Amino acid sequence: MSAGPRLTRRGLLTGGAVAAAGAVAACSPAAATGSGTPGGPGTAARGQGVPETPDGTAAESFHGVHQAGIATPPQAHAVFVGLDLLPGTGREAIARMMRLLTDDARRLTAGRPALADTEPELAALPARLTVTFGFGPGLFAAAEVDHLRPESVAPLPAFPVDKLEKRWNGGDLLLQICADDPLTVTHALRMTAKDVRSFARVRWTQRGFRRAAHVQGAGTTQRNVMGQLDGTVNPEPGTADFDRAVWTSGGPEWMRGGTTLVLRRIRAELETWDAVDPVGKEFAVGRRLDSGAPLTGTREHDEPDFARLTPAGFPVIAEQAHIRRARVTDPGLRIFRRVYNYDEGLSADGRADSGLLFASYQADIARQFLPVQKRLAEADLLNEWTTPIGSAVFAVPPGCPDGGWIGETLLS
Amino acid sequence: MRGPAEAALPRPGESDLRDLFSGMVLAHGGLPHARKAFIVLSRRTLPATPAAILLAAAVALSGCASQATTSAAPAAGPSAAPSSSPVLTITDPWVKTTKEGMTAAFGTLVNNGGTDVTVVSGASPLSPEIELHEVVDSGGKTVMRPKEGGFTVPAHGTHPLRPGGDHIMLMGVTEEVKPGAQITFTLTLEDGSTLGFTAVGKDFAGGEEDYQPGAHTGGDMGGDMGGGDKDAHSGKDDQ
Repeated sequence: MSAGPRLTRRGLLTGGAVAAAGAVAACSPAAATGSGTPGGPGTAARGQGVPETPDGTAAESFHGVHQAGIATPPQAHAVFVGLDLLPGTGREAIARMMRLLTDDARRLTAGRPALADTEPELAALPARLTVTFGFGPGLFAAAEVDHLRPESVAPLPAFPVDKLEKRWNGGDLLLQICADDPLTVTHALRMTAKDVRSFARVRWTQRGFRRAAHVQGAGTTQRNVMGQLDGTVNPEPGTADFDRAVWTSGGPEWMRGGTTLVLRRIRAELETWDAVDPVGKEFAVGRRLDSGAPLTGTREHDEPDFARLTPAGFPVIAEQAHIRRARVTDPGLRIFRRVYNYDEGLSADGRADSGLLFASYQADIARQFLPVQKRLAEADLLNEWTTPIGSAVFAVPPGCPDGGWIGETLLS
Repeated sequence: MRGPAEAALPRPGESDLRDLFSGMVLAHGGLPHARKAFIVLSRRTLPATPAAILLAAAVALSGCASQATTSAAPAAGPSAAPSSSPVLTITDPWVKTTKEGMTAAFGTLVNNGGTDVTVVSGASPLSPEIELHEVVDSGGKTVMRPKEGGFTVPAHGTHPLRPGGDHIMLMGVTEEVKPGAQITFTLTLEDGSTLGFTAVGKDFAGGEEDYQPGAHTGGDMGGDMGGGDKDAHSGKDDQ
């Protein structure tokens, strides 16, 4: 196995000996002081606790029954790109495009340069790169296969909380590129974008991030920019509940092993959130800010006790608290969130433009996503500080074997 | 084009086998010489058995898919490989997209044999006029011209064909090469045997060197027909 990049297992990431990131070393205070540090740069750069073994060669397998980048433990960096097919781009052309893109993804995720890669050196560190493709409603029409479009892969109904901006909505084709290294993401984006240009125009680009790789143990619930633990109740990849909730088993035959993605861009209203005291913030969500435990418990994964009352007779977890409204009791009907934070910098007066790229995967949007979204839109205390400003929906085709290509089951 | 039957997903445990030995050997028979040239379709990245490494020659993406189905050969076991090991293979062949006129094909020639091999000519349905080119510095200017003696691939070595270097030059292309198109090529070696392969169309911005036809055969070293041909060289990228 030494010849090729190492395939990660989830367990590997938890191993202290394996955990290592070159980027961490570069950013350590010791390294930042440079050659002026007494004792010389060699010793100074070896900050205590900085892992020694870089693992940028770690690779996620591209081929399989499902596309990678969904059940894959979330990488630290992501870019989502929505594209519109050029007029006259029909089924034959879309198939050509998907073969090219599949080839790019197959090579780059394995740490090999793309075909005709202009910067092959940048491909050497895949850093668990995944490239995932989705088909928006418009692609089905362009390929004249609208009868094969999963019914719920359509623009979502309007919700009262929405303040959608056209620049973040829709798209015929989705590229989702994730890796633990941002330069790897950039290179994969560049190479795939060059192969797309003859077929489609870019509608939007959304970049997101989570905690950097290796700063937390695998499986740790991440925090969003509002400080909340985000994603405590989420189907666990590798479980039967996850498979039932995420992978398509009904509907059109070509989608078996696929899923659907709803990508919502949700702006965090941080200025008004700042004005809320911690008790108010916890009341809105129904969880403690520090541990993420429900207000009726002590640990993050304690089951919330929705029936418990305060001495005054009110529910401890409020009727309109986020976790009560978002509750889905059947694990197989839950949505799978694989979210990323976004931060587009500051306005001139120092206000943040940040929030959440809410990526929700589910076997069936109508059965799983819409009921929850309707309940939250009707009443969720958190709505006061979160605003959906973008919305896009995609069918995510199944994976492909070596020699195959993504979309083959629909387009060939 | 693969049919639905070929699109079936691998069962658990099956993918490795497919990766290594999906490889279908295409023999270009019917030639005057006994030695046949092969393309073996296989992934070259996977940790492979020695036999698979000998055979390894990846053909670009859909080339794999479509060609794999044209061969009736079942997946070969590793033990079957060495005796039929092809002498010359090509990995990652691609051709620059173009509306018409000139374009070029690239890849890496791999000599699996113990003696040097020389490619002396190329052919493709895409063009009636194909030359084996080199790119050289001519009086401070980078130009391309036919390479005298063709491409020699050293024993157990490789010979890259890439933008800015040796390449297969196509002139008089009348049919658009679209991105993702599959273009067939045949290279002829000096002993008359051939290597057939399929290259995939790729949008690419580079490789804009001026052309000096016949420069090495005593033509005018200073002359070039490059200026007027820039469009033909630049393919789709400038549209």
